Amino acid sequence: MSNQIIQGILLGGYYALIACGLSFMFSVMRIINLAHGSLAVVAAYALWFLASRFHVSPFLGLLIVLPVMAVIGWALQRFLLERSARGGALLPILTTFGLAIVIDNMLFEQFGANTRSLAPYIGSLSYDSWEWPGSIYVGKLAVIMFATAVILLGGLQLFLTRTGLGRSIRATSEDPDTAGLVGVDARRANTIAAAIALVTVGLAGAFLGMRGTFDPYAGAPQLLFAFEAAVIGGAGSLWGTLIGGIVLALAQTLGAQVHPQGFLIGGHAAFLVVLFVRLSASGLGLRGLLRLPSRIAS
Amino acid sequence: MSTASSSPVIERGTAASRIAAIAVAVIIALLAIAPQFLSAGAVDRMTALFIYVILAAMWNALAGLGGLVSVGQQVFFGLGAYFAIRLADVGLNPFLALFASGIIVGAVSWPLSLFMLRLRNGEFAIGMWVIAALTHLLVNLDRLVQGETGTSLISLNVYDGSIRRVTIYWLALASMTALLTVLFGLLRGSTGAAIRAIRDNEDAAASVGVRVTGTKRLLFVLAAFGIGIAGALWLATSITFQPKTYFNVQWTAYMIFMVLVGGIGTFEGAILGALVFFLIETWFGGAGVWYLIGLGATAVLFSLFLPRGLWGTIEERFGLHLLPVGYRVRLPADISDGDTTPSPQQATTHREKA
Amino acid sequence: MSLLSVENLVVRHGLLQAVRGVSFSIERGETLALVGANGAGKTTLLRAIAGAHQPAAGRVLLDGADITGVPSHKRVGMGVALVPEGRKLFVQMTVEENLLLGRTAGRPGDWSVAKVLEMFPNLKPRRHAKTGHLSGGEQQATAIGRALMSNPDVLLLDEVSLGLSPLIVDRVYAALQGLISSGTTIILVEQDLNRALSVSNKVICMLEGRIALEGDSKSASREDVTKAYFGLHWKSTGSVPA
Repeated sequence: MSNQIIQGILLGGYYALIACGLSFMFSVMRIINLAHGSLAVVAAYALWFLASRFHVSPFLGLLIVLPVMAVIGWALQRFLLERSARGGALLPILTTFGLAIVIDNMLFEQFGANTRSLAPYIGSLSYDSWEWPGSIYVGKLAVIMFATAVILLGGLQLFLTRTGLGRSIRATSEDPDTAGLVGVDARRANTIAAAIALVTVGLAGAFLGMRGTFDPYAGAPQLLFAFEAAVIGGAGSLWGTLIGGIVLALAQTLGAQVHPQGFLIGGHAAFLVVLFVRLSASGLGLRGLLRLPSRIAS
Repeated sequence: MSTASSSPVIERGTAASRIAAIAVAVIIALLAIAPQFLSAGAVDRMTALFIYVILAAMWNALAGLGGLVSVGQQVFFGLGAYFAIRLADVGLNPFLALFASGIIVGAVSWPLSLFMLRLRNGEFAIGMWVIAALTHLLVNLDRLVQGETGTSLISLNVYDGSIRRVTIYWLALASMTALLTVLFGLLRGSTGAAIRAIRDNEDAAASVGVRVTGTKRLLFVLAAFGIGIAGALWLATSITFQPKTYFNVQWTAYMIFMVLVGGIGTFEGAILGALVFFLIETWFGGAGVWYLIGLGATAVLFSLFLPRGLWGTIEERFGLHLLPVGYRVRLPADISDGDTTPSPQQATTHREKA
Repeated sequence: MSLLSVENLVVRHGLLQAVRGVSFSIERGETLALVGANGAGKTTLLRAIAGAHQPAAGRVLLDGADITGVPSHKRVGMGVALVPEGRKLFVQMTVEENLLLGRTAGRPGDWSVAKVLEMFPNLKPRRHAKTGHLSGGEQQATAIGRALMSNPDVLLLDEVSLGLSPLIVDRVYAALQGLISSGTTIILVEQDLNRALSVSNKVICMLEGRIALEGDSKSASREDVTKAYFGLHWKSTGSVPA
């Protein structure tokens, strides 16, 4: 059992990775990007394409894919989100949902219905494991994934609190108009935030492909996982994302124990339970379940 | 403009709207007798169109009127079909089961609304998706459904094929007409005023005593009921029930497409959007993936460049209201212009040195 | 050449015209007090100068250059800084972080966190506190400090004494006096007429979006200003309302 708990905690690292971009973008621009999961799948396909066609190791491939993801984030903000956010809070939901449909079906058109995986291109890493005391075996990849999540969240936190650019982004997320009045280019801050978010999406996509398989329509479940982890951990800090990811993964592990089809049910149920508890505890006037701006860095 | 009277004119119907009302009655009557003249395939297609109109109108009621954008409405579509299967399994007449199912879906949505309506914007949107995903998984656990294998509404097979086809056609037409009438009535009544107040400014509406949550809940339950009926009708036309097809997010994508293209928040827009979608599906549905890419891209383009949709744009451009749900106040030209507001300084533009 | 001038400025909020053709200019080192009743258009005028509102007509000139279309964050870099009404601090960030944000636009000069803390010693122990937890006086000091961090040529102050106790207001004004004597150009919106006249050397009284009176603070009689304030000053028509 303790073996499964450890595996669950490590899987939580993946969920934290996919969730952190979603909640980062939400906290800065107040937009929930419904194409979030699909974009992670795009990154996975890009790495798969580089590996299968040009024999580029997925880890090396990240050197190409992550900058491309940053550019996609820049373009997404400049050409889509900025414009649709001017039309109110509801329009970006529709725009990004439409984008997700386009992306999913383009991937299907390009790569077909077959499931793919990056596992064959990372050598023995996909199945190697360390033996821990108590005859617990932990996969090396799972540990790397978890460590990446911790490093990414920590790095993001340092960036937001210790750098001028990070402060500008936090100021913009709190009050874009006043940010402008103190000299912050809110538009630029938003664009940079979107680029950063998409880099994290690219990383998450890489691990999505390494730890299992993906297909053109794998984006939707990834979006749901990201959303659930972000909401569960939404109590306060960026680190909440990690806790949210771990809770989600543990609930799924537990669900799988109870029933063969209980893996996903367990995760969704945990999400709803947390939601229910939080809603009843907060009384009226729910301000938002995802963390509010700049509290991310507190 | 110079001949405008000096007092505001309040009007409800317009000449165009009175003609439209008669036209609507004639169209419904023609549709009711249409199966006499249509081929079996055409009857099936028309049934699909009616279901699309229901879906569009219901999603529009939720999002365009209630400000509640959901990407999980497939949950009610799937549940509508599922409950119909369940009810028919315990021996209820299959046609009756379709409507009983809609009522159950509406009833289920009420407690759900207590919970979900406290989420905001994107949280509500995607939270509904989680609900849909979870419901899908739970329905799969039902032995009757046998997981993704699915099952069929076998009891419908006792009816003769052509009788069945026409009956479903009429049921779909009647459901569509009834739901649209209910929605139209709601919009013209006091609820309509509340809806418009909420749409303009939710906080302000609440502060003057508009029942914001109550109104939203009403729309949420109505939408669930209508989409449940649509799901049950769809099941009746296709007989087979595979959870994957009914709980597919594609259904919500269709709803969003229809409403965005037609004109979000306008009664006529949803109907127009359903018609456009029906035609596109008829012509391009065979294009497979490219058809879906086209739908998604069109939705993105409309949300970016024509967020009021076709009907909203027509309304704005030509001031046309076929099915008026609000009141229109026409201000005489001279008092609608803020620049000419009489003020004491008008004659006294001065800068003095003390 | 005037440091800052405004020519026939018109600002609308929807149909409402908040500022209706205002012109004035201010020289380097001057202190201009903007007075007037609530809704006279003072805040809107100040925000338009800072770039927070885009005017419907007219121009804003800084050192003779037209900055009407320049976005607010760039104006900070050109030397225009606003202390907004209600302070508008970033409440989730610390005092120091708020101050550092003021430096984003990157104008060279001698304002630093240390210098601001020297000017407002009460902020020293609160340096790493979230501004949401500060008292009103401390918040106001932070807001002024944040604007100073950009080393502005023109400092726009909107109702800096609003909601503060008289004692704290005295302290804020003492700090302002220090700024004025060091040669900073200031436009301030102030409800308290006495304070406005004593600290400034020029006064403009606004009424319903227009300038009702403009003059020298030292020679302007309180009676004139008060009349203009309430719109009782109809020299050109002669029709004085009762």
